[in-house]
Amino acid sequence: MGGDIRMSRFAHIKGRAHPLWIAYILHRISGLALALFLPLHFWVLAMAMTDPSKLDAFLGMTESVVVKVAEFGLVFLLAVHMFGGLRLMAMEWLPWSPPQKTLAATAAAASFLIATLFFLKAV
Amino acid sequence: MSSDVIQVAIQRGSSEASHNEMFEVPAFDSQTVLDVVSWVQQNTDPTLSYRFACRVGMCGSCAMMVNGVPRWTCRTHISKVLVDNKVEIAPLRNLPVIKDLVVDMDPFFDKWVEAEGVHHGTLTRDDPIAPIDDTTAKRVEANAGIECINCSVCYAACDTVTANSEYLGPAALQRAWTLLNDAKDEGRTAILDAVSGKGGCHNCHSMGSCTTYCPNELDPMSAIAGLKRETAKRFFGRGG
Amino acid sequence: MLDTRLYMAQRITAILMAPLVLGHLAVMIYAVQGGLSTAEILGRTQGSILWFMFYGTFVVAVAIHGAIGVRTVIYEWAGVKGTALTIFTLVIGLGLFVLGARAVWAVTFA
Repeated sequence: MGGDIRMSRFAHIKGRAHPLWIAYILHRISGLALALFLPLHFWVLAMAMTDPSKLDAFLGMTESVVVKVAEFGLVFLLAVHMFGGLRLMAMEWLPWSPPQKTLAATAAAASFLIATLFFLKAV
Repeated sequence: MSSDVIQVAIQRGSSEASHNEMFEVPAFDSQTVLDVVSWVQQNTDPTLSYRFACRVGMCGSCAMMVNGVPRWTCRTHISKVLVDNKVEIAPLRNLPVIKDLVVDMDPFFDKWVEAEGVHHGTLTRDDPIAPIDDTTAKRVEANAGIECINCSVCYAACDTVTANSEYLGPAALQRAWTLLNDAKDEGRTAILDAVSGKGGCHNCHSMGSCTTYCPNELDPMSAIAGLKRETAKRFFGRGG
Repeated sequence: MLDTRLYMAQRITAILMAPLVLGHLAVMIYAVQGGLSTAEILGRTQGSILWFMFYGTFVVAVAIHGAIGVRTVIYEWAGVKGTALTIFTLVIGLGLFVLGARAVWAVTFA
């Protein structure tokens, strides 16, 4: 196969930024970020066993605004990756028309938002 | 058109070394991108290499990158792509460049065959012609993809093709999908095997650039999703 | 790069994790009300077979899912291929599993 003289790996294409491409890149970046975050998350939690006072000191930091913003970011990444993934699987496996899929995704996201708001109010 | 002269940047050279050359081309009514390239070749630089044949969007040989987007140049009006009266024309992405605007299409067609995009017939000339019912769900799926003109615009648009040299790409996989749904094709096992391998349909990330840029408004992304469904069914032991 | 087996493993773990993620999000929103502390976390999880199962399943699924996902990205964006790619995938999967299992153990039965 004549693939030995390929163009450079990142040969440019402009006009990528259509909705599905943005959904793809968001899914990839959020997934990568979660994979990087998880070892840290696990390490810190295991301190409950290895060094509880250190874990408490760490959890105390969650009161600061910077950490709160970071937490918001993580929750956002997780939610984005999950809904992006569900959207992807619906697109691949359910033989629905594109408008039906958009509607379903919107409905799921909206109900999730409403449920979260209720939950925040309730506690 | 505001000005009567268009500024055209054309990529020259091959995959090893390339550079942009500027040309000035007189503007005409209803001028296509292909007309612009042809004008340069006929009037300014006869050594400029490019491909075309039918000029009416049938043959699929004139696709190029126009302002960084893959397009069929014979059916793209220059007035629609001009930015500040300028346009950038380059050879198709994701394929080796032979010279100037001519790419080596071999990888594209080799993958077409690799994906079992070939007819798997069992009948002979002595058998009666199989009747085709246009209204069956399978035929509707097959019909949706058969107008592919092999122009490689989708192949050039796809970032997964860029990043993964094994990936068969949207056109070849769409072809596999149409054959899988074709009542006259008996290659189901061969096709499903071919699209389940290392370069198969499972590498697609549904970024949808193929469907966005297909000049014939086909939907390779959904065709590939169809292959994912069929291979998943087979994985669970259904629909061998 | 991705064949049917890896693709299915990726999708099956994804489906498995969808309700777990929702549960985890709910716990997070609930738990941060009034601040986090070791005692608060352990009070919820220690000795609980249910939480052990919940987060144990989560860790196994995420180790598989994460390893396949990162494998795709390093193949496509960093050009890692062949044996190196296999080793990389296994290291990420096993690493996530070991770290995750340790964390689950720490908050339940340690």
